[in-house]
Amino acid sequence: MNLTLRVWRQAGPDAPGRFETYEATDISPDSSFLEMLDLVNEDLIGQGEEPIEFMHDCREGICGTCGMMINGRAHGPQSMTATCQLHMRTFQDGDELVLEPWRASGFPIVKDLVVDRSAFDRIIEAGGYISIDTGSAPDANLIPVAKQDADLAMDAAACIGCGACVAACPNGAGQLFTSAKLAQLNTLPQGQPERYERTEAMVEVMEEHFGSCTNMGECEAACPKGISIDFIAMMNRDYRKAKFRNRRSA
Amino acid sequence: MLDAKTPEGPIETKWENHKFDMKLVNPANKRKFEIIVVGTGLAGASAAATLGELGYRVKAFTYHDSARRAHSIAAQGGINAAKNYHSDGDSIFRLFYDTVKGGDYRSREANVYRLAEVSNNIIDQCVAQGVPFAREYGGLLDNRSFGGAQVSRTFYARGQTGQQLLLGAYQALSRQVKAGTVELHTGLEMLDVVVVDGKAAGIIVRDLNTGEISRHSAHAVVLGTGGYSNAFYLSTMAMSSNVTAAWRAHRKGAFFANPCFTQIHPTAIPSSDEFQSKLTLMSESLRNDGRIWVPKDPDETRAPGDIPEEDRDYYLEVKYPAFGNLVPRDVASRNAKTQVDAGKGVGPLKNGVFLDFADAIGRLGRDAVADKYGNLFEMYERITGEDPYQVPMRIYPAPHYTMGGLWVDYHLQTTIPGLFAIGEANFSDHGANRLGASALMQGLADGYFVLPYTIGDYLAPQLGSTPVDTSASEFDQAEADVKAQVDRFLATNGTRSVDWFHRELGKILWDHCGMERSEAGLEKALSEIPALREEFEQDVRVLGSAETLNSSLEKAGRVADFFELAELMCRDALTRRESCGGHFRVESQTEEGEALRDDDDFAHVSAWEWTGQGSEPVEHREPLEFEYVKLTQRSYK
Repeated sequence: MNLTLRVWRQAGPDAPGRFETYEATDISPDSSFLEMLDLVNEDLIGQGEEPIEFMHDCREGICGTCGMMINGRAHGPQSMTATCQLHMRTFQDGDELVLEPWRASGFPIVKDLVVDRSAFDRIIEAGGYISIDTGSAPDANLIPVAKQDADLAMDAAACIGCGACVAACPNGAGQLFTSAKLAQLNTLPQGQPERYERTEAMVEVMEEHFGSCTNMGECEAACPKGISIDFIAMMNRDYRKAKFRNRRSA
Repeated sequence: MLDAKTPEGPIETKWENHKFDMKLVNPANKRKFEIIVVGTGLAGASAAATLGELGYRVKAFTYHDSARRAHSIAAQGGINAAKNYHSDGDSIFRLFYDTVKGGDYRSREANVYRLAEVSNNIIDQCVAQGVPFAREYGGLLDNRSFGGAQVSRTFYARGQTGQQLLLGAYQALSRQVKAGTVELHTGLEMLDVVVVDGKAAGIIVRDLNTGEISRHSAHAVVLGTGGYSNAFYLSTMAMSSNVTAAWRAHRKGAFFANPCFTQIHPTAIPSSDEFQSKLTLMSESLRNDGRIWVPKDPDETRAPGDIPEEDRDYYLEVKYPAFGNLVPRDVASRNAKTQVDAGKGVGPLKNGVFLDFADAIGRLGRDAVADKYGNLFEMYERITGEDPYQVPMRIYPAPHYTMGGLWVDYHLQTTIPGLFAIGEANFSDHGANRLGASALMQGLADGYFVLPYTIGDYLAPQLGSTPVDTSASEFDQAEADVKAQVDRFLATNGTRSVDWFHRELGKILWDHCGMERSEAGLEKALSEIPALREEFEQDVRVLGSAETLNSSLEKAGRVADFFELAELMCRDALTRRESCGGHFRVESQTEEGEALRDDDDFAHVSAWEWTGQGSEPVEHREPLEFEYVKLTQRSYK
């Protein structure tokens, strides 16, 4: 396969960016999308040009490092698929692909297709945990968890923190990411004691970094793990309760 | 001279008694100690979080952009614990016994017993953290039997156990970041350990985004930096997994133990072309229902479904009637290689064997198979474009885990006082072969429940001392060395990319130090590797600058270390003239072609001392004594 790539190149956070055009030639349809970029980079190095920086690590769709806009879509055309799991057979010979970094003010550009997603870590630090010191836990089976709750918590916990939800959102909102962690912890019995403090703290940090949700639903469509926007509704409900409860106890 | 410092007394009480014997740092004094933790995978994150909870001042470092990304996250199957929730005869002693036996009697009994002992605490801890383990309808935890174990002791969270455990540890770490006990540095790669007066005093790190090199000192340094399977280039590791932190510690005096003990996992997807960047693992659980076969005729051209039973060779079922397709990883891997080497490989490149679900679908129905393996089938189809419900999967072994690593004593301390190694980065618990669902267990055991105790014994006598000033000459020297290497890579301006060299190195290692090792092959590798390294030094092309994100530059440093490690792996494999676990020397096999140990001459750990590039390393031996486990020849017939 032969493809034309239009790739966003930006030397650093403050440097001006621009699109550059590259040809990807003789690509096997069985190769992965990132292997195609590896080959383009090999060619660039051969020609003495700096290779394109892009985010990637595990290349099996679980670490959440990879991600870019491919023809305007976060993680490209295939649903429920992270960029690293895309394969070239998804595309046609002769296609032109436009590759851009995640587009969101909450994720400033580091270089080329690499962005800074540390705002997600700030949200987790605000309360995305259950406060239990090592060694103080009771026997695991002393806390029964209804299977449907465990399953729902797992559905939410499947988030890989890639940021596609934010990149796909016209508002650059961080609701899907935040609500997924809240849904996991707020559903489980272990998470009840801190439920409302956690919700308020995480939502507030989220709002410092990201835009507002207007129920567009683009996040769910872009999510490689199929995280449901139902979790956003759960978060909103808990947040409203939290505002009243926390005010009362303040 | 290698003292493992294993405590006296019966194995059941060693750890308990030793915890009492070790010196303590009182709660108010803990904040006077600074500890550096490098790596934020299962071991590093759990250690940093726990040390922070205890009140130490912790600085944690990761080269990832977030502490949630380490490759622990990719572990699929599960985590073992001796809970015996199913009353099927499991116990701490049985988990210990199985682990030593599974490691083919090349691990230290006392360490493994402790691992089995704390395995139960790990499950308790993770459940309390909100890790969503699979549950039964009654609300209690579900278990499965994994990797041929005869009891159900594996806890799991769908096919994403590693992810959930890592996120649990990451969240515990985040809590400490918020509390101010842990200072977390992301996007920084450790490039050297600084040793002052014979003790670990700090590290040199490079900021991957800005290129800034900085110095950090502490009372102790902990490495939780993972394994080195990427030395093979193609492996199931993440792209950036590397040996650099451990290797540079080795160059500073930490012995490297059993580097030739590598695990090749039998069920990865075969590569589709030479530019493939990594191999993807398919869970071992697939072997519970899939049948492995190849066509009897190497020139077979029919589609797999059209090949009649009599023309198929179900070679594992034939050769190992008792265990069949569930033989241990090393046996399954080696047999696949034998078939492919004999020209019976399947697929366009004839580089795999079939893993066929047709019988299972016939017996259980498509829905039942989909329930169990649906997500794996989907993943397979995504990668290969083939539907495993219709055509058999193709699988082939891939480097997956490294049992070798930095030598540590019972305290997880390396041969450099004050430098500790935890998780896959150390060598201690898995012997020559790791059992399924034991890697997660060991990473978390070390980080949550072992290191936080043992490090106190090292720190306590130092009360009142401050970390070495980073203006010390040893820091100057280490920083200058790091800078010099960076500058050298950028100045070389050769003709070939870093990846090209890495791929070539991987081929040598895979051919001669992979599933089968021979004296002649290892000798050959030992002459080829230094030659290729020389070429690498003179002809590598690294473009761009050191002042911005430059992944070629990062990789160059890592590949340079893989070159040196690869040599040591081959030397270790050559020196160990026996087969054991994942280390198969063709000269040492039973009449049936199984790994043949030589307990008289090789029941020891080989710990290698660095003596400089181009100079032969010195081997130190730690004898292994088995008081509780009876050494037997494995047989899966």
